[in-house]
Amino acid sequence: MVFPLPIREFPDLTLNSGPGGPGSSPDADRAARQACWYQADECEETVTATREEPPQLYRSTDDRLLGGVCSGLARHLGIDPVVARLALLALAVGGIGVAVYLVLLLLVPPDPEAEEDTTADPEERTRRKGRDISQILAYIALAAGLGMLFLFFGGVLDPLLWFLVFGALGGTILWQQANPAERDEWVASTTLRGKAWIRTGLGVLLVIVGVIGFLAFQQQLHEARAGLTFALTLLAGIGLIVAPWIIGLVRERDRERRERIRSQERAELAAHIHDSVLHTLTLIQRRADDPREVQRLARVQERALRNWLYQRRTDVDLTLSPALEGVAAEVEEVHGVPIEVVCVGDCPLNDGLRATLQAAREAMVNASKYAGVDTISVFCEVEPDEVLVFIRDRGPGFDLDAVPADRMGVRGSIIGRMERHGGHARIRTAPGEGTEVQLRMPRPSPSGET
Amino acid sequence: MRGWYSQVESHDVGEENTFASGRIPRIVIVDDHHLFRSGVRGELGDAVDVVGEAGDVDEAVRVISEQRPDLVLLDVHLPGGGGIEVLRRILPKHPEIRFLALSVSDAAEDVIGVIRAGARGYVTKTISGTELADAIVRVADGDAVFSPRLAGFVLDAFAATDAPPVDPELDRLTQREREVLRLIARGYAYKEVARELFISVKTVETHVSSVLRKLQLSNRHELSRWATARKLV
Repeated sequence: MVFPLPIREFPDLTLNSGPGGPGSSPDADRAARQACWYQADECEETVTATREEPPQLYRSTDDRLLGGVCSGLARHLGIDPVVARLALLALAVGGIGVAVYLVLLLLVPPDPEAEEDTTADPEERTRRKGRDISQILAYIALAAGLGMLFLFFGGVLDPLLWFLVFGALGGTILWQQANPAERDEWVASTTLRGKAWIRTGLGVLLVIVGVIGFLAFQQQLHEARAGLTFALTLLAGIGLIVAPWIIGLVRERDRERRERIRSQERAELAAHIHDSVLHTLTLIQRRADDPREVQRLARVQERALRNWLYQRRTDVDLTLSPALEGVAAEVEEVHGVPIEVVCVGDCPLNDGLRATLQAAREAMVNASKYAGVDTISVFCEVEPDEVLVFIRDRGPGFDLDAVPADRMGVRGSIIGRMERHGGHARIRTAPGEGTEVQLRMPRPSPSGET
Repeated sequence: MRGWYSQVESHDVGEENTFASGRIPRIVIVDDHHLFRSGVRGELGDAVDVVGEAGDVDEAVRVISEQRPDLVLLDVHLPGGGGIEVLRRILPKHPEIRFLALSVSDAAEDVIGVIRAGARGYVTKTISGTELADAIVRVADGDAVFSPRLAGFVLDAFAATDAPPVDPELDRLTQREREVLRLIARGYAYKEVARELFISVKTVETHVSSVLRKLQLSNRHELSRWATARKLV
């Protein structure tokens, strides 16, 4: 149903959409501020924080040679990608760089912003996305040269450095998780939460391995044990102090999330009411002089709203009960007489039942046209062995025998149709008694269905 | 749905003390829409004596306890727990007060839920003033008022399932009760049901009241399911 009214007629109901995800898009700040509308004061800090901190560590997808690690790292640290590449290459000669690279490749998520690449020129985009082979070759040559240098002069690097690198790496990952944008992501989507925890766990593990390994290699582990105990106790104490605060934070976050979902639902509801009910009400006001049309509009809207509220099944083609309600709705819309449908039980449609639906439709149309009543009752009951449909009006009724044989409505469309499909139709009517059409259609043996 | 409520003319006018014989029932209207309350008040006119109105559960409980009306016209959806909460707080203390539920909802769990909580009838807000007055008189006299839709829900709920009934007396409808309900679902008024089945109107009323009792007391799975949906159990 389309109402020919512009939506702008109700500017006060134009709703803000939900907050956009944080990011570097020009609207990000505005979206974040909008999000503040539902969030606690803390959010204000989040907004400023997002602006001052360096971009989060992502693997670059548009400016990359291999995995986009160096380029992403450079963007995160605010240095030239070439510097990052050279630095990592230098490390790679000792073997550490390779490990660092692989770990970063594994742990750092690809840049989600790049998905929304809006560069208009497709050629430009492919060029940017593609890897520059000549650059890769240059770096390989450089690596080979450096390798030679180390083989001749350096020897194997101290394994101590490995543990330092591990520790640094774990720290990086942990710090990266603390980024407000990332935090928001945790709140926004539960599916990402698992991944984030894995990353955090790995980061913690790397730091521990790094620290312990460093101590062990320095032959200081036994000496450090006392210090370690002290540190652990201290940590436990701090944990006890901080835990309630963290739990509170998590609860607050859950509350905010619920709040956000609720306001989204509210927005959806308001949008729905705006699109349907308000338009219908406007139409009704315009057609106030035509009571039949007003009633029709009101009924159509009522049905739409009920379907939406109670989420009745809409798979009209599948089973009898929604199909019958659909037929009644159609007839009602055309003829403007309310039809009350009560269905008991339901079953899949077959040819016989489709014919029954057609006959029922004809009976409803007849009642709407000729009975001159305010309402028509339709009752349908599905029994194990048959389906019964009753269409009843309290109109003046008529003398069935007086209906001429050539009038198709009753004889052809109702009685004849039912009998052709193995069913049966009976019409009870008498002047002053109203009319009731009874349709009876046997069901196929229940062995096929339950 | 004109007509099926208009059953008062066929009511037995034997007992002097019934509302059908002319006593005007004192009622309280409970609905959170002020506009609707005044509309109902206006439409009912002199047929009833409106002794109080309430817009939420707490107010309703207070007004009903003070006024002790014959009947409460109860909206199903109310702030503060809904009509069910009112029934739950009033009926244990004042079992003599009758409740007629009135709602725009025709969701099965609303209808069944409010009946299970103790209402003796359920009509929708589209009902006309005279029909509502008839339904009020009927319920105030202790009878049950079933709309076609409610009859349909009840037939659905009591339809044969594989699960064996826990209490055959309560969990099953008799053949006659099913026939009565079917006719009501088809839009028949009580007197038309009576004529169709060659029984008296009083007998129809007895059958409907019996169905109401089963509806309220049965633990049938379908009924429990609806009741659970309204957090009744």
